[in-house]
Amino acid sequence: MQLQLRGITKRFGDLVANDDISVTFEPGQIHALLGENGAGKSTLMNVLYGLLQPDAGQIVVDGEPLVFHSPAGAIAAGIGMVHQHFMLVPVFTVAENVELGAESVGPFGFLKTADAARAVERVSAEYRLAVDPNAVVEDLPVGIQQRVEIVKALTREAQCVILDEPTAVLTPQETDELLSIVRGLRDAGKTIVLITHKLREVREAADVITVIRRGRVVAESVSPQTSEVELASLMVGREVSLVVDKPSLEVGEPVLRVNQLSVYDTLDRAIVDDVSFDVRAGEVLCIAGVQGNGQSELVEALVGLHDRSEGRIDLGEKRIDGLSTKGILDLGVGYVPEDREHDGLVGSFSLAHNMVLDTIGESPWSRRGVINYGLINENGQNLIEQYDVRATNAQVAASTLSGGNKQKVVLAREMSRSLRLLIASQPTRGLDVGSIEFVHRQIIQARQSGVGVIVVSTELDEVYALADRILVMYAGRIAGVVTPDVGRDDLGLLMAGATTS
Amino acid sequence: MSEPSTPSTGLSGSKTEDTLHPGTEPPDSLTGELRRRVLSINLAVTLLAFVLALAIGAVLIAASAPSVIESLGYFFARPFDTFAAVFNSVYSAYSALFQGALLDVNELREGDVSAAFYPLSETFTVSAPLILAGLAVAIPFRAGLFNIGAQGQMAFAAIGGGLVGFGLSLPAGVHLLASLAAAMVFGALWAGLVGLLKAKTGAHEVITTIMLNYIAIYLLGWVLNQDWFQREGRNDPISPILNESATFPLIFGGGLRIHFGILFSIGAVIVVWWMMTKTTTGFRIQTVGANAAAARTAGMNVGRIWIVAMLWAGAMAGLAVSMNVNGTDKVVTAGIVGNIGFDAITVALLGRGSPFGVLAAGLLIGGLRAGGLAMQASTGTPIDIVLVLQALIVLFIAAPALVRAVFRLRGKTADSLTIAKGWGS
Amino acid sequence: MTLTAPVVPQARIAPPSLTRPIIMTASALVLGAIFILLSPMDAETTFIFNLGDTFISIPDWIVPSRTAATGFAIAALVCAAIAWPINARRGSLFLPAFGLGVFLVMSFLAWVGADSLLPITGLLQGSLLLAVPLIFGAMAGVLSERAGVININIEGQLLVGAFLGAVVASLLNNAYLGLVAAPVAGALLGLLLAVFATRYFVDQVVVGVVLNVLAVGLTGFLYSRFLTEDPDLWNNPEVLPTIAIPVLSDIPILGPILFDQNVIVYLMYVVVTVVQIALFKTRWGLRLRSVGEYPEAADSVGIEVNRTRFRAVILAGAVAGLGGAFFTLGSVGAFGREMTAGNGFIALAAVIFGRWNPIGALAAALLFGFADNLQNVLSIIGSPIPSQFLLMLPYVVTILAVVGLVGRVRAPGADGIPFRKS
Repeated sequence: MQLQLRGITKRFGDLVANDDISVTFEPGQIHALLGENGAGKSTLMNVLYGLLQPDAGQIVVDGEPLVFHSPAGAIAAGIGMVHQHFMLVPVFTVAENVELGAESVGPFGFLKTADAARAVERVSAEYRLAVDPNAVVEDLPVGIQQRVEIVKALTREAQCVILDEPTAVLTPQETDELLSIVRGLRDAGKTIVLITHKLREVREAADVITVIRRGRVVAESVSPQTSEVELASLMVGREVSLVVDKPSLEVGEPVLRVNQLSVYDTLDRAIVDDVSFDVRAGEVLCIAGVQGNGQSELVEALVGLHDRSEGRIDLGEKRIDGLSTKGILDLGVGYVPEDREHDGLVGSFSLAHNMVLDTIGESPWSRRGVINYGLINENGQNLIEQYDVRATNAQVAASTLSGGNKQKVVLAREMSRSLRLLIASQPTRGLDVGSIEFVHRQIIQARQSGVGVIVVSTELDEVYALADRILVMYAGRIAGVVTPDVGRDDLGLLMAGATTS
Repeated sequence: MSEPSTPSTGLSGSKTEDTLHPGTEPPDSLTGELRRRVLSINLAVTLLAFVLALAIGAVLIAASAPSVIESLGYFFARPFDTFAAVFNSVYSAYSALFQGALLDVNELREGDVSAAFYPLSETFTVSAPLILAGLAVAIPFRAGLFNIGAQGQMAFAAIGGGLVGFGLSLPAGVHLLASLAAAMVFGALWAGLVGLLKAKTGAHEVITTIMLNYIAIYLLGWVLNQDWFQREGRNDPISPILNESATFPLIFGGGLRIHFGILFSIGAVIVVWWMMTKTTTGFRIQTVGANAAAARTAGMNVGRIWIVAMLWAGAMAGLAVSMNVNGTDKVVTAGIVGNIGFDAITVALLGRGSPFGVLAAGLLIGGLRAGGLAMQASTGTPIDIVLVLQALIVLFIAAPALVRAVFRLRGKTADSLTIAKGWGS
Repeated sequence: MTLTAPVVPQARIAPPSLTRPIIMTASALVLGAIFILLSPMDAETTFIFNLGDTFISIPDWIVPSRTAATGFAIAALVCAAIAWPINARRGSLFLPAFGLGVFLVMSFLAWVGADSLLPITGLLQGSLLLAVPLIFGAMAGVLSERAGVININIEGQLLVGAFLGAVVASLLNNAYLGLVAAPVAGALLGLLLAVFATRYFVDQVVVGVVLNVLAVGLTGFLYSRFLTEDPDLWNNPEVLPTIAIPVLSDIPILGPILFDQNVIVYLMYVVVTVVQIALFKTRWGLRLRSVGEYPEAADSVGIEVNRTRFRAVILAGAVAGLGGAFFTLGSVGAFGREMTAGNGFIALAAVIFGRWNPIGALAAALLFGFADNLQNVLSIIGSPIPSQFLLMLPYVVTILAVVGLVGRVRAPGADGIPFRKS
């Protein structure tokens, strides 16, 4: 089916997320929508899927203009969507998730879940997407959950499948597998829309590319043969250097020694399983791996945020496992949490107050429990200037800032203390290229000043750009520790569970 | 400079009120302007919420008034009688309510000043425990906790305050302070248990406070039947009368019940305000309330801060029940708490979780209570109407969009009250 | 490309926590020892099983108190012992815990019933009756919270149901018409909760608490204005008659307990069965649970989240309202001020204790009803335990439940979280 967007405009208050966007998606084609984070891709797709109503413009399906008031309309028109955050009820089985909203029922509305299970099996066989219809979704790995999403769309007879950043949670091998599934769907005549900011996949999979920047289409019908550098500059709007300038440096003594660390979840499963490694002063250790392989829990355990861990952790001469988070931070550990909105900042507090969140009890911000707001505000003002936070002043609420500026606030807070170890978890996720460059420079600067740095990242580009050593995690264990001269394929294999022998 | 803006998990509407945030915003700043505008909108909404509640209350009063029902019987013969009866029933009830809360105009005309101010004295007397109990709900609000347990905390505190009050002999003044301290400690222990359970096991405070309310009330009932607590020679659950040295003196006397306890409650408002806005404890409480995850990541001990907030709450609840134990009743009974612990929720919601807001709301609800009694006595309108008004006012204030819709006001901010975040944590 | 789903390596599992078997064993040992030591040597306890005329009568069971207390305590200890290997396999500890509870209670009864007559069947029947409104309330809680709306308002819904049921039955002189009116009252209060929760997105706990105040105020106001003014006209409903179901009511012990009751009790069986089946076997239930677990997912497949919640909350109100009628039409007849006396909150506790499952909530409500009635029975035969402590039992049990001793409770994923479309 042919799907056309004509002059779609969507505003959120003063922000124009989509500005007069027109694109045509043809059947039997993989059409990539390329744009960096915040360019307005997801908004556009939510409009297309009926989750958002456009302020202006038309959606035209096979020549016929349609209006979608809810996803039901889009589904009825044959549009299926695989969301970035999976739209699956975790406690339901695969079959229940697939049937939800399109159930086949007997008398009194009794469910015929067996029908749904058969539909799942049929689609699985037809498109070579193996899933067990009776498995409970929350027990499945993310790669399989994604398949469930695709199966869900296909059982609803979707003629057009939209995939929103589908590879963010996949290993390189899983990504290859997904792309080949997508090619199969294309060959079956489906219209495929691939939303992404990853240049490599676009070049690899897309038949045609449309580039979006700041809510506008900046390039149409771009050929996938276009070079990465050229695509990147289209996407960002200026020349982008994909390499971080990283002077070579002598590494020092280990600042952090982790010995046989294990972390358990509430079901007593070892999410981090017997992990040992060192971080030395002046080196960047990247912890690579697909999301959900224990990296987040490992880092939480290092800063004392996980209450079910065992093993030994030493910071310099001091043993820190069992210490409180406060105790660990006070010993010179800076922590940039993975979810900056949720864990890094208090959205309703001013920037100045966010800058002292972890030092409020200390002089000079407070004495004997009484706060000196004057100094705190002065400090906030200084830091937003020093770290180039784009805000009117230090009094505005943190929630009003963009993602990149929020991350700068967190970095400013953590790096303005005197550090021995900096732990940054997914420090550039969801950021625009300009902010990514800034964050990378700050991390390298910390390394230059002799701080040991741990960066957790799922983005191979980032890992290669920053790492002095790469520690790959898979299923809670260390799959291998390698240097950045390892090839992408080998790194991908490690992330998929191969081990270095 | 300014204080931390109000946590969204507290009462998000309270972004607008500045009692907690005395910091001076530069007058020309964008946020300052925004704040003032939101404030004025919300002031209008608050007033209109009152109007709407009183209107619904008027319908109830009129529709149920015997005179109205009687005149309806011959409505088609003399419709004006019905209108007159409607007006009279509503007018007499509401005027009795307001006079009963503020000033007895007739007595004033007759020159009996003491009797004329009796309503105001009652309002303050009734408000004193409401304000303190309101603080007991409001402080945990700020830490993101919904304390439905002021009732139980007060019941438990009454045991401690009473024991010291009638069981010891100490010099006047010292004895009173000792009794208050005992009540505060008992209240703090009962509330602290909620914080402890939440911190250690994640047990949701809404559940634990409800359950601890019942447990405390049964405990009080049991204690009142024990030899060491029951008044000698009595079979009903009642304690001995408190020693004179442990009671609040009356301020004016001469039939006016207002006692020095009211000063303690105003003092507590100021202390809590200072704690919340000027100290690291207050900063931490507000941080935890606004975003507990960020607080934890920043090294704050969230569990301990919950416990601290609950300890403050319990102490306030203890002081609240002392207004009755050491003030008006001078004795501990099973009914010593009345319904104050639950009314406190209304007070805290109405005061939007800020100490001075609680003061105002406590006086308001106290006034309604005092006036309601007078209204019931003079016009026969059941005092339960006050509960209805109270509930409606909070509902309307909590849903500004509804009030705006009723009065066709513009404004589309999606502000509403948010406190609990599900049972999960 | 391979076709098989990738194999996920099994995560290493830490040894299971021993907290629960330890607590079970300790309580069996400590409580058992107390009951044994306190029960008098030379006294006898009489357990009575007959209630009314049944086809087959069971003889009373007379045992030496200390022997019985010892026997039951040992049985309890056996249950606790069985828990250890089950815990090691991570099996469900429900049955051993249930057995432990039953035997400890029996051991306790052997002690407190020394030299008296213990009407076991009567005790159980009374427990069921006390549990009826709790069960309706708990079903209301399950329906509403499974759809993602926290229902603190059960108490108010019970109260208005009790009120309107009595008033309509009294005015129309027909208890069954009152039974129709009661759910309407509950549904109206539920409607308010639904409007504020799903239309205005007000904090659900706050609305629930405030609506309870409204219910108390409104019923209290009307009670004073009308019901006390002319009780014969307004507050004199007939009580629903008991209907013995032929054959079934003749089953020994169970018959009189379960099948010699009024129509509200039979309705309760229907409601629990229907809720359980509808929630897990029908399209309606699947959609309702989906909006309570993960509304975004439901929304993405075209389910109207807030409309689904809206309807669920109103239905819940109706169920609670029906349960409220039990206070008036099902037992004493006349309405009294604040007569629900916290039953709504115990029902809420039953929802949580029962882990948001209809059957679980039913079991919890029955347990609370039992604790309540045990107190009644013991106060009649004279008990060494102050009645206040027995009255506290449901609340203490609930606290123990939520602090995790009874196992991890997991609320529906989006319970209490308003759903706003961006």
